Amino acid sequence: MSKKEAVLLQGDSAVVEGGMAAGAEFFAGYPITPASEIAEGFAKELPKVGGKFIQMEDELAGMACAIGGSLSGKKSITATSGPGFSLKQENLGLGIMIEAPVVVVDVQRVGPSTGLPTSPSQGDVMQAKWGTHGDHPIIALSPSSVKETFDLTVKAFNFAEKYRQPVILLLDEIVGHMREKVILPDADEIEVFDRKRPPEDADRESFNPYEWTDDLVPPMPDYGTGFRYHTTGLFHDKTGFPRGTTEDAKKLMDRMTAKIENNLDEIILYDEDIRDEDNIVILSYGSTARSAISAVNEAREKGLNAGWIKLKTIWPFAEEKVSELAEKADKIIVPELNQGQLIREVERAAKGKAEIVGINRYDGTLIKPEHVLAEIEGVK
Amino acid sequence: MAVDIYKYLREDKLPHIWCPGCGHGTILNSLVRAIDDTEMDPDKTVVVSGIGCSGRAPGYLKFDTLHTTHGRAIAFATGIKLANPELNVIVLTGDGDGSAIGGNHLIHGCRRNIDLTVILFNNQIYGMTGGQYSPMTPTGAVATTSPYGNIDQDFDLVDLTRSAGATFVARGATYNPRQMTKLYKEGLEHKGFSFIETLDQCPINYGRKNKIGGPTEMLDWQKEHTVPASKWDKMSEEEKEGTFPLGVIYRKDNPELEYTARYQQIIDSFAKEDE
Repeated sequence: MSKKEAVLLQGDSAVVEGGMAAGAEFFAGYPITPASEIAEGFAKELPKVGGKFIQMEDELAGMACAIGGSLSGKKSITATSGPGFSLKQENLGLGIMIEAPVVVVDVQRVGPSTGLPTSPSQGDVMQAKWGTHGDHPIIALSPSSVKETFDLTVKAFNFAEKYRQPVILLLDEIVGHMREKVILPDADEIEVFDRKRPPEDADRESFNPYEWTDDLVPPMPDYGTGFRYHTTGLFHDKTGFPRGTTEDAKKLMDRMTAKIENNLDEIILYDEDIRDEDNIVILSYGSTARSAISAVNEAREKGLNAGWIKLKTIWPFAEEKVSELAEKADKIIVPELNQGQLIREVERAAKGKAEIVGINRYDGTLIKPEHVLAEIEGVK
Repeated sequence: MAVDIYKYLREDKLPHIWCPGCGHGTILNSLVRAIDDTEMDPDKTVVVSGIGCSGRAPGYLKFDTLHTTHGRAIAFATGIKLANPELNVIVLTGDGDGSAIGGNHLIHGCRRNIDLTVILFNNQIYGMTGGQYSPMTPTGAVATTSPYGNIDQDFDLVDLTRSAGATFVARGATYNPRQMTKLYKEGLEHKGFSFIETLDQCPINYGRKNKIGGPTEMLDWQKEHTVPASKWDKMSEEEKEGTFPLGVIYRKDNPELEYTARYQQIIDSFAKEDE
């Protein structure tokens, strides 16, 4: 018999629970609504297991410090909301460039600027992809429930460690502040991935920190283990040093892109319930998926042919999957708490093969199931 | 005594990128001599920098080295040190990098008294971008962005860091490398936040434009405008005007007040509960 008990848990707290289950050892951040509960949770839990928490002087420092912790070999995380996420972008770019595993939580609130601090939004979808300057790969996951927040936090750490890549966990204020009854898995049920390090007896002199390995993810030594290697935000070759050549720049960019693109089957996560007869599909993510699924259930009771797909991985975008859906469905409805961000990706993937319709709210109010149902029924 | 400085340098990365007459190489030289004079394990030593001419220094040093974003070196270094307190963490920064864009991180690094050694290369100008004024450019000086003379007031970083809580504060100058080596050594061995401002010369973007002259004249200027800290303390306010004290300005030795040591006490309190 499992000794597991149901617990009443908030979404932000599920990030802490999931992080601790995934082996988080280091948190650096700055207080911000509606994400402060994440910092508070790690401040309480980390020292109990020998981990470290630090509240930094600003958001930029929080991002920088978390990357520093990662370079010292610790599983690291920071958390913020939209305004802070904007501030973190510069150092997030460095994290991508130097391939530092780190989890960045953004509990989205309504923007721009100070916006509506305690109201939900999905306005940072594009910021998660393009917020830092320059082309770059990114992984962004978006949970729709407290349990999913726990699961995707574990995934976020695993992806970060496996691919040496900053991973964004995009909650929205609804999911972050919602409390649900959940049963958390036991430790032995959770798959945890630790970064690949060079073998202990590896030759230090000939070691190249950015070697082009078969899996395109170079092993990463902890600072202080004798490798004495160089890391920079400049484009660099396999030695870690900048040479300032365009050839090196392209090579590095291609490898960083390919290490994600070659593993889309593992990284792109979604749930779906689409029957053969369903000619209308609701594509959603985050808290909006709850209304979408509820609306589909109601529509089916009315005999309508509607199905749903809930993206848990937003970036990289499930292009192939959406392309297939567009072949099959007549209409794809995309509810979002923004003016229409991910819908552009849906349109791009659908290539005109299905009608794409958005339902958008950007006033701090959630999208209710009846809004989605009305669209399914074609009632304007 | 001869010191083999090359064992700490990545010789294949030399010659360095700095201009002829620049003082950055002198700082690098004094730093490796200071490291050699300590018991520091090179395998457990990390050097972190930001952006600018000083930002390139770690690339020449054979340790774990990290070249970060503009002004943020202390924030990255804080993470490296807190995550693994057994590492010796050195931050190399410039006057623009460390006191303008990175000024907030400098203040809060001092306030935490985390065990970092910060060496600030103060050449009083943004060198790499071609000579714009920095917070350390003297009032009245000419820079590309102060063509009619700088109207800003410059910082006294020694006063600033001491007030903010640094427990080892010193000032050196590139005209006196032996003293620099001594100050760096003391800073490296100090348990707590160590800040060593180093007066440095940028003949290309500062000396030439302000008619001070070339590197030799700039070093002469340093000599003429600095006095030993012990003497400076006894000088009248009028005598102090336009001069800088050199040497150890302030130190407070209490390893228990160091940030990572304090955090370890919290961790240890849980370990005790388990016993």
